[in-house]
Amino acid sequence: MQISGAQMVIEALIAEKVDTLFGYPGGAIMNVYDEIYKQNSFKHILTRHEQAAVHAAEGYAKASGKVGVAMITSGPGFTNAVTGLADAYMDSIPLVVISGQVPMSLIGTDAFQEIDAVGISRSCTKHNYLVTDAADLPRVLKEAFYIARTGRPGPVHVDIPKDVTAQIAKFDYSKPVDIETYKPTTSGNTRQIKKAVEAIAHAKRPLFYLGGGIINSNASEDVRKLVTMTGIPAVETFMARGTLSVKDPLLISMLGMHGSYAANMAMSETDLVIALGARFDDRVTGKLSEFAKGAKIIHVDIDPASISKLVPADFPIVGDVKHVVKSMMDVAKTLVDKERYTPWLETIENFNRLHPLSYKEDSQDLKPQWVIQRVGETLGDKANISTDVGQHQMWTAQFYPFTRARQFISSGGLGTMGFGFPAAIGVKAADPKRVSINFTGDGSILMNVQELMTAVEQKLPVINIILNNNYLGMVRQWQTLFYNKRHSETDLSMQPDFVMLAQAFGGVGYRVSTKEEFDAALKDAIEKNVVAFIDVKVHRLENVMPMVPSGGSLFNMMLDYKEK
Amino acid sequence: MEAAERRVISVIVINEASVLSRITDLFSGRGYNITSLTVAPIPESRYSRLTIVTSGSVRVIEQITKQLHKLIPVLKVIEHADLVEKEMALVKFPITENLADISALCAAYNGNIVNVSEDVIITMVADEPKRVDYFLSAIKRFHPKEIVRSGAVALER
Ligand SMILES: Cc1ncc(C[n+]2csc(CCOP(=O)(O)OP(=O)(O)O)c2C)c(N)n1
Ligand SMILES: [Mg+2]
Repeated sequence: MQISGAQMVIEALIAEKVDTLFGYPGGAIMNVYDEIYKQNSFKHILTRHEQAAVHAAEGYAKASGKVGVAMITSGPGFTNAVTGLADAYMDSIPLVVISGQVPMSLIGTDAFQEIDAVGISRSCTKHNYLVTDAADLPRVLKEAFYIARTGRPGPVHVDIPKDVTAQIAKFDYSKPVDIETYKPTTSGNTRQIKKAVEAIAHAKRPLFYLGGGIINSNASEDVRKLVTMTGIPAVETFMARGTLSVKDPLLISMLGMHGSYAANMAMSETDLVIALGARFDDRVTGKLSEFAKGAKIIHVDIDPASISKLVPADFPIVGDVKHVVKSMMDVAKTLVDKERYTPWLETIENFNRLHPLSYKEDSQDLKPQWVIQRVGETLGDKANISTDVGQHQMWTAQFYPFTRARQFISSGGLGTMGFGFPAAIGVKAADPKRVSINFTGDGSILMNVQELMTAVEQKLPVINIILNNNYLGMVRQWQTLFYNKRHSETDLSMQPDFVMLAQAFGGVGYRVSTKEEFDAALKDAIEKNVVAFIDVKVHRLENVMPMVPSGGSLFNMMLDYKEK
Repeated sequence: MEAAERRVISVIVINEASVLSRITDLFSGRGYNITSLTVAPIPESRYSRLTIVTSGSVRVIEQITKQLHKLIPVLKVIEHADLVEKEMALVKFPITENLADISALCAAYNGNIVNVSEDVIITMVADEPKRVDYFLSAIKRFHPKEIVRSGAVALER
């Protein structure tokens, strides 16, 4: 079939079974947009900012498990999208981002809206391409999807000059991908797996350390089985929330900087860490030399470079968590005796009793944690939960009762304020039957507030719950704790009228400051099925606790800090 | 901190646009050292071979190797243990220097005089990088006008 480069893009998206594309047009990508106009195989969602297009594609990818796709123009369109690429790179989210570029003849001349896009995206993508001949497009696009979703997933950027989208060439998408230099290992070394399970059988205080890789590999069901079968307790990273259900008695909680006391103590006392798809991030480990000191480490990861990067592994296993966990179960069946760990479980139960995750109610103000728990009680499994970045994000990870993988969608590695709302739009597009909630802050929401228009236009009723503390709360908390309360540029007393702001775009706004008002607003927003802002006035000086001060050891937690 | 060691790594890559930037970006982005880097196409193939001399602790070198391997166009990463290593240097001297001595020194380091013009001569030596260092300090007294080193190339024995 002889078709134009622009038509090839459409054909490739159809062949990849893309049903939703997020994007924003402009000069260099117009040939492709012209073909988008002519087709009706997939839906294009026009966001109101390129950053939001990429975040929406991320939300879509995380909720669906498919590759998210975004399209943008050259120059400023591309640079606006860079934050999204970086975010997806840090959190290993499979994306294909297609950008227009100035025509080949103008590349290198500082042409209008020319920027070295692949030069910029190189360090924040899994791979990228500048396509210089339409004949390469079918192969490149097919490789892009393949690379994005296989191995350790990640964003792939394809930059296409305008004349290449006009060029006619042969389109054949049937050739299987064959990249001689890219063959991710999936199955894991059998002997090493056996040795690891033997170590588990001999350990007294083993601990599962569950990471986001489990969710990427769709392994949460298998991990649930392995945990139940072995009777070994588990902690989750921020990225892994929902891998185990909160109802699972073996789930301790989240570990790390704002993890629970019991989770962090368990990690400090364990004699065998079983790390599955986790990468020993500094927000998780605290002081490295004290992390799981004295414990042996089993480390399963699809990315060899993640293994022994920060903590040397005694049992390194390169492979897809899903495959490896299945093989582990085969061996564990005969080797592991559940009863063996009963005293260890009791120790952990004691940690839990000593300092459970908790907060104190206030007679005057709503507590943000209450709001999150309340949404959990009301919607529980029926909602997908996104967040922005800050205190509200940590409280959500601590207090929302997650029951399944892909329920929690948040920017972990990059910590991108402005992620939550567009991501929630992508989540709603991928999973329309569930309520899409975005817990956000009064700071973060303004970083992609224009997406109200996208959500209203596309009838994607995201409910944004603004935990409004009139502060850049997380930064304010650090200033309180580590800068002697010098609250430099974090006071957000000056605020828009969030109710009117939502209304201005055709959404619905609520302003609440009591439990009754909150319940009524949430109920109304769910029933009306509309794009909503619920502006919840919460206690201004609430801090996220417990906390491991950065660089400190997990067992040295600040358990409470009352601020006046 | 573990001690930093000198290490030679060979990388076989698909010979395509921007592959070299991918490699150098990786080194600068992750704060790894490059002492020298050479690159040339491998004859009759679609690959190029890079030889990178770097330094770092055992852990850092292991990370470098793994991160290089993660780059999509990288076929093979060879962390040399038992290798033959050579480097070339070109040196320009005023023709008024003692040419016989210079020539004798060059010969001791697998080299010779490769070009003579009205007022300068150019010599070439090719030897282990360490020995090239010795050569370059030995010829200091002949007032070299310009020195260029090629960077090391290596083959596993
Ligand atoms: C784009 C971006 N800029 C700056 C930061 C640094 N930062 C982290 S949390 C935070 C405060 C967020 O405030 P808000 O959204 O109101 O959330 P809160 O902490 O008050 O719940 C800031 C500024 C960031 N993470 N992302
Ligand atoms: Mg705030």
